[in-house]
Amino acid sequence: MSNTATPHLQRIANMNTTKHDSFAINTSELTRQFGNLIAVDHVKLQVAYGEIFGLLGANGAGKSTVIKMLTTLLPPTSGTAEVGGFDVIKFQGAVRRSIGYVSQLLSADGALTGYENLRLSAKLYGLDKAEREQRIANALAFMGLEDSSHNLVRTYSGGMIRRLELAQAMLHRPAILFLDEPTIGLDPVARHLVWDRLLDLRRDYGMTVLITTHDMEEAEELCDRLAILHRGRVSVVGKPAELRAGLGDDASMDDVFAHYAGGSIQESGTFREVARTRRTAHRLG
Amino acid sequence: MKRFLRESAAIVEVELIKLMRDPTEIISRAVQPVLWLVVFGQVLAQVRGIQTGQLSYLEFITPGILAQSVLFSAIFYGIGIIWERDLGVVHKLLASPARRISLVFGKALAAGFRGLLQAAVIYLIAFVMNVSLKQDALSIVAVLFSVMLGSGIFATFSLVIACIVKTRERFMGIGQLLTMPMFFASNAIYPLEIMPGWLRIVAQVNPLTYLIDALRGLMINGGQSVHGYYVDFAVMFAVFGLLLFVAVRLYPTLAE
Ligand SMILES: Nc1ncnc2c1ncn2[C@@H]1O[C@H](COP(=O)(O)OP(=O)(O)O)[C@@H](O)[C@H]1O
Ligand SMILES: [Mg+2]
Repeated sequence: MSNTATPHLQRIANMNTTKHDSFAINTSELTRQFGNLIAVDHVKLQVAYGEIFGLLGANGAGKSTVIKMLTTLLPPTSGTAEVGGFDVIKFQGAVRRSIGYVSQLLSADGALTGYENLRLSAKLYGLDKAEREQRIANALAFMGLEDSSHNLVRTYSGGMIRRLELAQAMLHRPAILFLDEPTIGLDPVARHLVWDRLLDLRRDYGMTVLITTHDMEEAEELCDRLAILHRGRVSVVGKPAELRAGLGDDASMDDVFAHYAGGSIQESGTFREVARTRRTAHRLG
Repeated sequence: MKRFLRESAAIVEVELIKLMRDPTEIISRAVQPVLWLVVFGQVLAQVRGIQTGQLSYLEFITPGILAQSVLFSAIFYGIGIIWERDLGVVHKLLASPARRISLVFGKALAAGFRGLLQAAVIYLIAFVMNVSLKQDALSIVAVLFSVMLGSGIFATFSLVIACIVKTRERFMGIGQLLTMPMFFASNAIYPLEIMPGWLRIVAQVNPLTYLIDALRGLMINGGQSVHGYYVDFAVMFAVFGLLLFVAVRLYPTLAE
């Protein structure tokens, strides 16, 4: 049985039966509370197949919480969300088979080699043996990790780890990739490498990508469309150029962010970010 | 079923790779049993203060120390789970279509294999100290199976605690708090009969008691299971099943 083929077939079968079938991601009134805190507040997002969609916002805006609900890791408090045409509560298995996910944390296992990390993913996604080795070899080549595939991941650089995680997330050729701050802490070269790979994936497989970021260059260069989150609410959605144009002739993305995300990027909790990135790097090192 | 086995095997495989790569833990875990058997066991045997029936005191506590070493090593399994949560490994596993039961059972099974190493250490010490061990294949297989089951129970218990407390500091506190009472409120180093009534009641709801009871019969020449193997294994399977049931429900909350 091929677990990877089923959701796509089912999706095609669902095409004309589900109301919002044409969206890769479709949420309505999506809400999550933690005690009194409303981390995600009645969010409506519609992402088309093949889009690279950016979710922007300061720290604590609710980006990761949105991703966790869409990847079935966290149940919504209210509202609905469909991913690949499947409701995230009712069809968790189908959603999980349709998606790849790279968390905000460094999720590759430092005590294993790159190859072993990939093999674990391949097995958990039910790829059979022949397919598995083929896909792993391809993914390693695609991400430029062939030479280090038998080294422990804790010896990898941050950029290599991110590429490995991306390789893990794409191994089963998901229709939709969720990447939570995939380029945080990377230098510009490493960051561009990740962008190029994402663009390749979209070109070769038509993958839909939802990415969260704080990085305005990333938002502008990589993303087709953006949604800016502020305190759990979507404050604006649109193409980067449209958002800039909406604020005047010479508005930059930083201006857009400052306007819609409630403050400039420099002020938004950079210390916590840096501390977290360092902590993660330290663990792996 | 095939999928369940494949997924569990994938988890076991990576756990064993990691264990083989860093065997310091295995070595450090071998120290305590040596102390208990060589020092404590021999000294108390001289005193002859504890009635252990047909068995010498050393023979009596050998299965108890094996079970203790299984308990002490499995109970800290949750630390690794919390570590994986802090790293984001748990999130990756839970976003995959692997069944939650496979992930949890895979961890328990890996702990079982780890327990086999404890068994090897104890057999070695016991052999050197001339403990009269049953050496037929069936008994040894049964001992190894019991050790795996016991490891699975305590590792899953540990996973449940990890899911509840979620931080390393709190986990360490609770781990320390639980292990010693569980050990002393069991039949590991003295028989149930000589315990005060209240302690005997505690010991009788302690799963460790049933593991030790089974091991005593299976491992030692002339040893016998007081409760009978049916009771011992029924209790252990029931506890394991219950813990798995709870763990499958709690494990996904680690990614929230
Ligand atoms: N598991 C949780 N329990 C309690 N509060 C949480 C939890 N996860 C996130 N939050 C809170 O929800 C808000 C949004 O967090 P998050 O989605 O991580 O933001 P972002 O990813 O945009 O930085 C923050 O105030 C955060 O502290
Ligand atoms: Mg976040």
